[in-house]
Amino acid sequence: MAIRVFLISLLFLSTTITTFSLYEDQVGLMDWHQQYIGKVKDAVFHTQKTGRKRVVVSTEENVIASLDLRHGEIFWRHVLGSNDAIDRIDIALGKYVITLSSEGSILRAWNLPDGQMVWESFLKGPNHSKSLLLVPTSLKVDKDNVIIVFGKGGLHAVSSIHGEILWQKDFAAESFEVQHVIQPLGSDIIYVVGFVGSSQFNVYQMNAKNGELLKHESAALSGGFSGEVSLVSSNTLVMLDSTGSTLITVNFHNGEINFQKTDISDLIKESLGMATILPSKLAGMFALKTTTFMIFIRVTDEGKLEVVDKINHVTAVSDALSFSEGQQAFALVEHYNNDIYLTVKLGQEWNSDLLKESIKLDDQRGLVHKVFINNYIRTDRSHGFRALIVMEDHSLLLLQQGEIVWCREDGLASVIDATTSELPVEKEGVSVAKVEENLFEWLKGHILKIKGTLMLASPEEVVNIQAMRLKSSEKSKMTRDHNGFRKLLIVLTKSGKVFALHTGDGRIVWSLLLNSLRKSETCENPTGLNLYQWRVPHHHAMDENPSVLVVGRCRSNSDAPGVLSFVDTYTGKELGSSSLVHSVVQVILLPFTDSNEQRLHLLIDAKQRAHLYPKNPEAVGIFQREFSNIYWYSVEADDGIIKGHVLKDNCIGEVSDEYCFETKEIWSIVFPLESEKIITTVTRKLNEVVHTQAKVIADQDVMYKYISKNLLFVVTVAPKATGGIGSATPEESWLVAYLIDSVTGRILHRMTHHGSHGPVHAVFSENWVVYHYFNLRAHRYEMSVIEIFDQSRADNKDVWKLVLGKHNLTSPISSYSRLEVITKSQSYFFTHSVKAIAVTSTAKGITSKQLLIGTVGDQVLALDKRFLDPRRSINPTQAEKEEGMIPLTDSLPIIPQSYVTHSLKVEGLRGIVTVPAKLESTALVFVYGVDLFFTRLAPSRTYDSLTEDFSYALLLMTIVALVVAIFVTWILSEKKELRDKWR
Amino acid sequence: MDKGKAVMGSGRRWAVDFTDNSTAPSSREFPDPPGFSRASQDQDESTVTKQKKDAEANWKAQKAWEVAQAPFKNLLMMGFMMWMAGSTVHLFSIGITFSALWQPISALQGVGKVFEPYKDGKIDLLGPKLLFIALNLGGLALGVWKLNTLGLLPTHASDWVSSLPPAQEVEYSGGGIPLH
Repeated sequence: MAIRVFLISLLFLSTTITTFSLYEDQVGLMDWHQQYIGKVKDAVFHTQKTGRKRVVVSTEENVIASLDLRHGEIFWRHVLGSNDAIDRIDIALGKYVITLSSEGSILRAWNLPDGQMVWESFLKGPNHSKSLLLVPTSLKVDKDNVIIVFGKGGLHAVSSIHGEILWQKDFAAESFEVQHVIQPLGSDIIYVVGFVGSSQFNVYQMNAKNGELLKHESAALSGGFSGEVSLVSSNTLVMLDSTGSTLITVNFHNGEINFQKTDISDLIKESLGMATILPSKLAGMFALKTTTFMIFIRVTDEGKLEVVDKINHVTAVSDALSFSEGQQAFALVEHYNNDIYLTVKLGQEWNSDLLKESIKLDDQRGLVHKVFINNYIRTDRSHGFRALIVMEDHSLLLLQQGEIVWCREDGLASVIDATTSELPVEKEGVSVAKVEENLFEWLKGHILKIKGTLMLASPEEVVNIQAMRLKSSEKSKMTRDHNGFRKLLIVLTKSGKVFALHTGDGRIVWSLLLNSLRKSETCENPTGLNLYQWRVPHHHAMDENPSVLVVGRCRSNSDAPGVLSFVDTYTGKELGSSSLVHSVVQVILLPFTDSNEQRLHLLIDAKQRAHLYPKNPEAVGIFQREFSNIYWYSVEADDGIIKGHVLKDNCIGEVSDEYCFETKEIWSIVFPLESEKIITTVTRKLNEVVHTQAKVIADQDVMYKYISKNLLFVVTVAPKATGGIGSATPEESWLVAYLIDSVTGRILHRMTHHGSHGPVHAVFSENWVVYHYFNLRAHRYEMSVIEIFDQSRADNKDVWKLVLGKHNLTSPISSYSRLEVITKSQSYFFTHSVKAIAVTSTAKGITSKQLLIGTVGDQVLALDKRFLDPRRSINPTQAEKEEGMIPLTDSLPIIPQSYVTHSLKVEGLRGIVTVPAKLESTALVFVYGVDLFFTRLAPSRTYDSLTEDFSYALLLMTIVALVVAIFVTWILSEKKELRDKWR
Repeated sequence: MDKGKAVMGSGRRWAVDFTDNSTAPSSREFPDPPGFSRASQDQDESTVTKQKKDAEANWKAQKAWEVAQAPFKNLLMMGFMMWMAGSTVHLFSIGITFSALWQPISALQGVGKVFEPYKDGKIDLLGPKLLFIALNLGGLALGVWKLNTLGLLPTHASDWVSSLPPAQEVEYSGGGIPLH
């Protein structure tokens, strides 16, 4: 009865629609937000004249940002869309940042100081080509500085003041592939050089003022070319021929094209292996890179090549920078053990180093990938250099005077997968926490807090209180807490680096660049795929540290060999790694653990064999016991087939061992390719906890949820409608939602939405699935919910049988048993388009759920599941109202206060991860994209704990004051009584 | 109750002494006061006591019935209060309901005590007792009914299965779109 009273009172409380807004001073108490930019592709420093110390960078996450050179902070930042990759950036007129994006079709100018967009112009052209951007300093057309852009197969001259296209010239007709656009300093002529095919070399000479074609010459190149074409001077190009063994120097001065061939073996005696020309622009020189060393070759005025130097361990070379009258310098970075050597050399004189510094780096950053240099004038009027380096782990560092000025962990902008790990239990010697503040400090803090509560605090004290709340040591401790709020977020990034972030304040606890995910000879292009919780110590094996499994593969195609890596989440050390002989296309977590609490994983390879991990006999024993009950299914989206498989017996053949199992197909669902195409599949989260199988509806009636972990939700759309909104008319687009039992292949439910369109985002939890799509007829986005109930249990309604326990509700169920399900569904309009949907999960699954919707504005909206209840009706009965049912409306409300991210944006939002805290009412939410955001959510309010700002000291003081008051009044009354008696 | 005791008189020790004296006139040394005739008194003694005792028994029986009927008023009042309280769960209705449950229970516990003053060999207390118990049970039933209307009784299937964990599954399946 107590439970019932509690539930009813809970229900009563929850009937009032709660908002989850924050007060201003609560921002940052339990949430944190970090801004990143991603791996830097290109960097442009402000010229000395503009005076401000900033650098503008473009990144692989399509971010353009202006960074402060002193601290590395972001001044301004723009995240362009995911299909709007930035090709080139430059600075024009000293006040505009020019970006060329979307394969040379969009040119934008941003105001340098504040990042406002000044103009934008679209360059049209028939075909794709290399995109080039040239901002000449002295070229003027009618007092207007011109920007020369090659993009979409044409050359465009764009006004730098208002972005108008002044003239354009198409090269599309001749299947011409551009290599360079050259504007010799001080002249009005533009040279466009490139190839037709791989052997015909073309030079176009154009008038920069009006785009008139002055001259066109072409010459056949006998050997062809390969790789990069390096521009050595304004009329000399160097390239490798198609065999890679001969260097070709091309001189096209004054309309004459001269080829000169030089065998590499003539220059260098040793064999080189595969050599490539570096794309760096060095004055009068180019760099040839081989696997072991780098050769710098100078091109003399007569076109002769001479080797200047041969340096080992060089990993990156910057472009040449002209820093004073005619002098040009460039930087090169060498690796030597853990140190890196930064050398700045003068272009003309090789032997004089302008700068040579050695810098110690921590060993988790890998190799230097890129270097950009900038000069400044020291107080003694000599030239100093600073270098911006991009590391293998995508971090960005500024080096100046032999020191790291700052460092940005921009690898975190490209999170692939995230999971959590518990922190160590608090006991002697385990805690890594700082020394706790002493009692006096504690008391002082609380007195301040009380002052704040009683509105006695002065403005400075209010600021102090806020600062204290924000960085209370309680939330950033390195031990487990009662409520389970403190955890480690383990994230895998694109660079192959694993980070552990503290949920309290978002700081990096440890980071590890996985060696198995770095380039090597056996594994040339490794990518990380996913993270799994390998070991979560529970009952036994409490002394073991938890660990995660990182699954990767060597190449991007699915039959490439896989790599596994095991990482201890307490220490951040790699426990072991293995490069597999088989590929990994699927990782299946089994619900069993061995005696070491290592979870059993089944890795499916491209030949549909299952490999069991961990590889120990005990695991095989456990696995063999459940052998006949383990199934797996594969979704082949391109062929429109879903297949179910069962395990057969041990593998035979070259990779046979006792951990490998053959599988056989037992069922398949074939969708007709001409009418349906699979676009989304969703299953329930494996670790989701469901509190009850019964759903109590109005009038104390009960419905039994169909709760199965083996349900698969599949959405198919008409093939015409896959091309995006507008590609199909409502009549020829439809969307079909299926609920499929993945053990038997039985289709439990099928529903067609006519006139609807992808993309579909869906989330599956308990017995319901919610999905989001576009309705073409209504021209609006829609969200639908399907709830599935088990009708075969519905007759369990005899109270006496239930009291006596004579029911079959707890007996194990099989997918092969008689099945009788009913589904209820409903659709609603929804205003936003959606980037991701997730659902809150709590420790016991009692708390009501909220949908977390990553909106197109890169925010996260929390929407009560009660709004997506298929039993909603326009006029709910009294009993239904009491149950807390909301009357049906045609669209889902968006309450501004229920934005989880409040005023912040998680730019480039890609995923939402929810993890239960130990406290039943609370779920932890981690949102990742280019930015990271973390917060705590309580979908039904924190009914099981006091709020964060509850003043214990005030409570204590009130109690003390009351006790004192009781004693005083008691003494007073005693005295009075005595006086009365004496009277 | 005091009244009843005074009528009985038997509980007082000193009264016994007086009676003894009056029933043995021979032992008196002093004469009766003038105008007092002891004979008439002695003569009526037996009939008077009988009458008196009959009246007392009647009176007791009447009182016992009255006491037995007392919960009825209570019942009416309780009913009114319950009607006032409504059928939603809040502090007031819960308080009323629990007092409505508690009163009959405590009254039933003290049935013997309530009827003790009227205990007499001659009169039959069974009737009033039964009525009293029946009325109190009625009150209790009213309380339980109220509890039920508030939805606080586990009389529905939903009350027994609402926290039943989901059944285990025999099979296990995993997979999906190939990792990319």
